[in-house]
Amino acid sequence: MLTFTIRRLITAVPTLLFISLVIFMVVKLSPSDPTGNLPLTIPPEVREQIREALGANDSLLVQYMKWLKLFFWNEPLTAVQAWTGLDLGADTTQRIISYQTRSPVMDLVMERMPQTLTVVGVAYLVGILIALPIGILSAYRQYSVFDQVGTFVSMVGFSVPPFFSGVLVIVIFSVLIPSDSFFWLPSIYDTTHRVTDWESFTVQLRQMIMPVMVLALQITAQISRFTRASMLDNLNQDYVRTARAKGMSERVTVLKHVLRNSMIPVVTVIALGIPAIFGGAIITEQVFKVNGLGQLLIIAIQGGDVPTVQTLTFIFAVLIVLFNLIADILYGLLDPRIRYD
Amino acid sequence: MRKHFTKNAAATAVLAALAGGATLAQAQDTGERGRDGELKIIYWQAPSTMNPYLSGGTKEVEAGSLVLESLARFDQNGELVPYLAASIPTIENGGMSEDLTSITWTLKSGVLWSDGTPFTADDAVFSWQYCTDPAGGCAHTSYFDGVADMEAVDDTTLKISFSEPKPFPYTALVGAESPIVQAAQFADCTGAAMPTCTEQNFAPIGTGPFVVEEFKANDVIRFSANENFREDGKPAFASVLFKGGGDAAGAARSVLETGEFDYAWNLQIDPNLLAEMEGAGKGTVAAAFATSVERLHLNQTDPDPALGDARATAAHPHPFLTDPRIGQAMSMAIDRELLVEIGYGAGGKPTCNVLPAPAAYASTANDGCLVQDLEGAKALLDEAGWTDTNGNGTRDKDGRELQVLYQTSTNAVRQDAQALIKQWWSEIGIGTELRNIDASVFFGSDPASPDTFGKFYADVEMYTNNFSGVDPEAYMARWLCDGAPSPDNQWQGTNNQRYCDPDYDALVRKMAVTADLAERQAIAKEQNDMLMASYTIVPLVHRGNPSAHAATLGGVQMNDWDSELWNAADWYRTE
Repeated sequence: MLTFTIRRLITAVPTLLFISLVIFMVVKLSPSDPTGNLPLTIPPEVREQIREALGANDSLLVQYMKWLKLFFWNEPLTAVQAWTGLDLGADTTQRIISYQTRSPVMDLVMERMPQTLTVVGVAYLVGILIALPIGILSAYRQYSVFDQVGTFVSMVGFSVPPFFSGVLVIVIFSVLIPSDSFFWLPSIYDTTHRVTDWESFTVQLRQMIMPVMVLALQITAQISRFTRASMLDNLNQDYVRTARAKGMSERVTVLKHVLRNSMIPVVTVIALGIPAIFGGAIITEQVFKVNGLGQLLIIAIQGGDVPTVQTLTFIFAVLIVLFNLIADILYGLLDPRIRYD
Repeated sequence: MRKHFTKNAAATAVLAALAGGATLAQAQDTGERGRDGELKIIYWQAPSTMNPYLSGGTKEVEAGSLVLESLARFDQNGELVPYLAASIPTIENGGMSEDLTSITWTLKSGVLWSDGTPFTADDAVFSWQYCTDPAGGCAHTSYFDGVADMEAVDDTTLKISFSEPKPFPYTALVGAESPIVQAAQFADCTGAAMPTCTEQNFAPIGTGPFVVEEFKANDVIRFSANENFREDGKPAFASVLFKGGGDAAGAARSVLETGEFDYAWNLQIDPNLLAEMEGAGKGTVAAAFATSVERLHLNQTDPDPALGDARATAAHPHPFLTDPRIGQAMSMAIDRELLVEIGYGAGGKPTCNVLPAPAAYASTANDGCLVQDLEGAKALLDEAGWTDTNGNGTRDKDGRELQVLYQTSTNAVRQDAQALIKQWWSEIGIGTELRNIDASVFFGSDPASPDTFGKFYADVEMYTNNFSGVDPEAYMARWLCDGAPSPDNQWQGTNNQRYCDPDYDALVRKMAVTADLAERQAIAKEQNDMLMASYTIVPLVHRGNPSAHAATLGGVQMNDWDSELWNAADWYRTE
């Protein structure tokens, strides 16, 4: 198991380098211009000076090598230095600088990580917590009313995009319900809000309800379908009949025997979905102005901000490779028959 | 109880004043600093930095204007108002030299930076040096064009010398795009070090009504009232929450429907939707007009791909758009009222001039275009010799079809306008192929990209342009013969439609040496009329900037000549 993990980690290095090169070329060769969104009142010579100062005019190879050096050497050193307080001789002025904000990209990422993790992470948890019981019950009582309703809700969750469901809940809870009512919810997420006591915690809770629910609806739809399908596969197996014949209670049969075996594909889906939490939820973040990593990525793309797009997508790539590996390892833990050595 | 009563009475008085159109001068706009709590502003495009010199985008300039100030700003009528200066220097008051080569500003005395240190003329000189350092990539260097030297004669006297006579010298350190930064704070941030000073760029020290408390790039800014602000009792708000992100419709909803925010910027959305939201009664939409004009440019050079590297260059004139009658017919076919009604609502007015404002510079010679005239357009095309000989619905002449490629940036309003105009042109026998290009590509200047508006590999293109400030000299100089983008200048010129007329060039040169205001206005009108008569530019809509503010927010003076938040120090809560 250990050698498998190490082998996978080593092969991940060329994969990631290749991914970083592809991302770089795709972003760089697309005809977007970091000064393209500036007002037309800024004359072309000045735009040229701005591009020069950004380093956007260097040759592609130089830019790529610079980015590699900054990402794999300067940034980790700077981070370690900041955490430990030790002086490792890192040049803190040499960082990956965003074209738009002219500030270090990693600082922007760290600044936005908390709000993305809070909103998208909580939505993921809520989604899973709702999805698992629904999936299990739907499979156990296949074609019952509960199953039919569950299928319908999943279909809705799958097919209604968040730019519709998000605006719909805003219209209901922020516009139609008067703002002095208990049921009124804020349509705009306040990222400067600090939780210090019970009251500020309830404010935080209220502003999270709508984005979390909109996201959780989609997650629930997906995972409950997977759980149901996987449970159905197992419920018809011989070992289930054996368990029942031995006189085991339904509770033990379903929750111990069937559920554990059914979890294997579900765990994969859940693990592979985790990098997406860090990726943020671009549309939902935009609708509720959560301004997390998803929003950072989309405005960086719109603004031709190559360093930010490159760094963010690469971090996502690392997370995806990493969680693929974690999912594979979890297989082995859940099912002792699957071992890679 | 009594307190409650006076509050209501004052609110009624304000309402009465509003109804009568009188100036607001009731109880609420005076009082203690910070009496009105929090002001919540939403910009659906979030500011990336607080230093306008580093960004150049409108959102950064406007956020910055809450903190940083300049010598003078433009008011809602486009007139100069002294801010850090005590008065506006002119030839009459001796502040400007007779030969137009220098100007002397007297600064207000006793002004403090928000950190309590005194503001002096040295800060102004530093701001000039800071922005014009060639290694820094400052976005607003053009404001300092022609400045040969700046000198702090004493703490409150600033002398600016120009390398040649400058008839309109109010650009350097005037307006929100050219503010004064604190020399002490930015001393180590000049040249190549400009972008490395993240802390300074995110929280500049200013002389304005507010101070940055917290800055989250592209997300949110928190401000508090500047305790050292020079005017007593201002600002009325103790803090400002400046939120960014989302889209224009969401921002409009948060002010007009949910009432969560007080002010929303740049609401370029479907006018019907906006009017519906306004109907909720929680706020109003107001638009300020300056110089933005949505226009068509008709390419005077041939964009035919068969010409290879020589396409869209002066060597190959356009086969038919060089005939002004074609352009005139295209212009006559357009119903500008309808374009405004469908796409702009309160945020637009039909116009026939590329220079529609300031009023003193606006020509009235071309207003005939306001009425759509399809029959007249058809007659004009007949006269020019274009008829539909092969019966395919498109006019032709000598085997050439009257078919155009019409491009613009990707934007719902623009695509609606494209569809309408295509329809009108097809009615007069002009075939149109539509194309839209992502804004960051279209407005980009990558010489390798075939899709930029400067390269103009199409027959017709549509976009909005404007100029900052109130003096049109530099703007009208865009259409010089040698301003045309071409391979020789890496396609970086400003004369996108490749208009060329020696008489126009002569007018531009004349403008540069004319100081008399009335004469300058006459020249600008003549320039505008020449361009209009050439039909290389077809103006469509004079665009304003619609913003919404809550019914409870008083003191807002919509202004498109400067930052919209230019007078935020005077804003207050009406109830």
